[in-house]
Amino acid sequence: MKRSSRRLSAVTLAVLLTAAACGGDSGDGDGLNGDVLIDGSSTVGPLTEVAAELFMNEEEFSNVRVTVAISGTGGGFQKFCIGETDGNDSSRPISEEEAALCESNDIDYDFVQFANDALTVLVNADHPAECLTVEQVSQIWDVGSTVTTWGDVDDLDLPDDWANEPLTPYGPGTDSGTFDFFTESIMGEVGQIRNDYNDIGEDDLAAVRAIEVDRGATGYIPFSYYQEAGDAVKGLAIDGGDGCVEPTPENVRNGTYKPLGRPLFVYFSSSALSRPEVLAFAEFYVENALEIAELAEFVPMTAEQQEEARQRVANLVGG
Amino acid sequence: MTRGNDEPGAGVATRRPLVPSRPRYGETVIRGLLFSCAALSVVITAGIVLSMIGPTISFLGQVPIGEFLTGTTWAPSFATPSFGVLPIVVGTGIILVVSLTVAVPVGLLSAIYLSEYASPRVRRVIKPALEVLEGIPTVAIGLFAFWFLHPLIKNLFPFLGDWRSPFSVGVAGVAVGLLIVPLVASVADDAMKAVPRSLREGAYALGSGKLAVSLRVVFPAAISGIVASIVLAGSRAVGETMVVLIAAGAGNPRLSFDLTEGVQTMTAYIAGRATGDIPVGTLAYDTLFAVGTLLFTATLILNTIAIRFVRRFRELYD
Amino acid sequence: MPPTHTPRRVRPATDVARSATLAALTAGTRRGRATSTAFLGVMLVGLSFALVGLLALIVFMFAEGGGRLSLTLLTEGPSTINPGGAGYRPAILGTLWVISGVIMLIVPLGVGSAIYLERYARKDRWWNRLIELNIQNLAGVPSIVFGILGLAFVARGPLGLGFVAIAGSITVAMLVLPTVILAAREALKAVPPSISDGAIALGATQWQTTRRQVLPIALPGILTGVILAVARAIGEAAPLLLVGAVNFITFDPSFTSRYTTLPVLIYNYSTRPQDEFRVLAAAGVIIMLVLVLAMNSVAVWLRNHFETKYREH
Repeated sequence: MKRSSRRLSAVTLAVLLTAAACGGDSGDGDGLNGDVLIDGSSTVGPLTEVAAELFMNEEEFSNVRVTVAISGTGGGFQKFCIGETDGNDSSRPISEEEAALCESNDIDYDFVQFANDALTVLVNADHPAECLTVEQVSQIWDVGSTVTTWGDVDDLDLPDDWANEPLTPYGPGTDSGTFDFFTESIMGEVGQIRNDYNDIGEDDLAAVRAIEVDRGATGYIPFSYYQEAGDAVKGLAIDGGDGCVEPTPENVRNGTYKPLGRPLFVYFSSSALSRPEVLAFAEFYVENALEIAELAEFVPMTAEQQEEARQRVANLVGG
Repeated sequence: MTRGNDEPGAGVATRRPLVPSRPRYGETVIRGLLFSCAALSVVITAGIVLSMIGPTISFLGQVPIGEFLTGTTWAPSFATPSFGVLPIVVGTGIILVVSLTVAVPVGLLSAIYLSEYASPRVRRVIKPALEVLEGIPTVAIGLFAFWFLHPLIKNLFPFLGDWRSPFSVGVAGVAVGLLIVPLVASVADDAMKAVPRSLREGAYALGSGKLAVSLRVVFPAAISGIVASIVLAGSRAVGETMVVLIAAGAGNPRLSFDLTEGVQTMTAYIAGRATGDIPVGTLAYDTLFAVGTLLFTATLILNTIAIRFVRRFRELYD
Repeated sequence: MPPTHTPRRVRPATDVARSATLAALTAGTRRGRATSTAFLGVMLVGLSFALVGLLALIVFMFAEGGGRLSLTLLTEGPSTINPGGAGYRPAILGTLWVISGVIMLIVPLGVGSAIYLERYARKDRWWNRLIELNIQNLAGVPSIVFGILGLAFVARGPLGLGFVAIAGSITVAMLVLPTVILAAREALKAVPPSISDGAIALGATQWQTTRRQVLPIALPGILTGVILAVARAIGEAAPLLLVGAVNFITFDPSFTSRYTTLPVLIYNYSTRPQDEFRVLAAAGVIIMLVLVLAMNSVAVWLRNHFETKYREH
């Protein structure tokens, strides 16, 4: 290289490195600054994203950098329990192995609920069914299921042309917290499911699209996706033993939509909450949880659940 | 060296050997630096192997290799897991076959045209256009396949299958084919351009027309390079991730040859697993590395074959 | 007596002569001419399949996302609350950081390796042949395998940099390095040997010759290769999925912070249910297409401008 161009590139290099070093600061200002790192479930992630956005829009918090990553509930716990993240978005409670991992790394944690979810069982809008019992859902999805047409489902009243309609199941991949919750609630064990369903991976939207075009398709998705789904799909009422209950926000909040109603949490560690920016975020999240859930199209908590959430945050900080 | 007094040339001034008057340490240092740059590539390959070997061995310790390679149900994370890798290998295989079916005719025809028929002005326009195609981000091609190609092909070929799913491995294969056309075209074009003019001129002198010269003279003479282009493109198709992730979806655990369904490929499986939910250190997580090793081995074999062919065509005419 | 072993170079020539004579007998006929024209037609159809595909992609993306194009795309960050006002700002900055890291790595390492292999390495040494073979193999390794490598050794493991932009840079740099090396080697090979021979004959050292005579001539070719490699690096998403680029961030990233890049954010947006996100994803694709077109144009201009300057007779 000619001498002049070498000098130029050295200068450029120096400038870039300086800029990189300077870029690491979050800037000065009167408010809080620092990094808050949340990882975890792809179901809860969008909720936390809304919280993060509103939080950073506030003047006093505009210098805090909140990052929301989506590695899945389990993948997130791996990082949370070795102290890599401050909070874990979770669509299911922590497992025994994960709890042991946290304990072996001296991570003191607790969960804080921020919203509710209603796993909705979907069928095509033209489908005649309105309600399914848990037994029927289990029959469709269980290991070794022989249900291949809608007529195979026990005790389901269908017109003749529907009895022969092939039943194509769509479901998320085994990485998903939604998968874990569904299999555990309906079949009784995590991962217990028929092995020939169409795996849509993490893309819940794909199930909606498939069910919109395929008359005999069925699937299960988080409530927030159901809200967005539109009229070409129908969410079925579920009979958990006390009659058919529809998947609506009220039914989730009053606990009658069973067993597919579930709380959505973020697990926080007490060491993370000892940092002012993380605590500020957690408190902001709790205080505004109802609005945040509305904005994100989740099912908001009840006032009691919100009060309990406040308590848990306070306990984590104090303890 | 000096000459003795009795020998011819005696009396000529002593000649010193042509070596530098001072040792050039700088040169040695530079040579060493440059060597380490080059050697870095070996470090990278070693890194790739090392990063996958541990978990793969641990995986094979728990799942017999026969079951892994020949089983037909791929369900590593279910409550009763099953570790037969064939479904995702078949998924990759379908992508390979469909994409080559598209890319080989299109690419070779384009290459023959560019090398034998096109005027320099036309070449100057078309070659960059193909380079642009090569440079398009795979995310864009995946979304194009999912949003545009899928409905199009579904309407044109409704008889191919059920078309129940928004995913289709056939459509993804066509998109990957489009993606690798520039690779086929440029390597084949290079190979045909390397055929000496004398061969062509000889054929023309014997009275052949352009078609004959292209197909019976240049094409067979460049055959090593052409085969290399196909194998290289195949290797690229096997390794493609984003297009299949978006357009072929994650598929279902059973072995399936249905072009209109979503089918998971090895690459999509790795991408899904690594960004997903499985606790590090479990058997299910180790499957990521086992599949990675399988993928790496497959492309290594394909690339080695391609390199052999490239070498042959370079040898013949350089 | 003629030699019983036909040298390799002669064989194609005799095959050619044989088939050419056969073909010559049909060339002038009407059928021959018709076949000729038909074949030309077939070739053009084949070629246009690729070009039409390219055009369709560009037109489709502009149609989907064109309405969304505005300055807010570049200045605003992602927003889950208000997709209508969301943009790609952190992703664009993230891409810039990752790419500048990539450039800083591949230029010295890639050009250095190419110089070593072309001008210093003795071909008979086994280790030099191993390095060459190795680079050619690496060029064909799937991008996701580099993601695994980055996850194991760069983000975690020995380098332990965490899921930050610089880890992404290193991962992508390893991916495109072989391409740069191969392109730089071609550029160095194209320099007429007479130039370096002359310098060495006059007493220059290998490095002096390389630096002052060969490299300046090969520079445009090297630059073209680097630009094309960078264009490819910008579009890479798969390996970065494993090295932490899947993030929702609204702040401006830096080398040492969490990050996201343009293709990853586009993919992220495309998986969200709201319709506005689909349009947003298409608009993001348009930004990438513009980038790719711009970089390719620069590379092509460079190549055309300098191509004929030093061709040896």
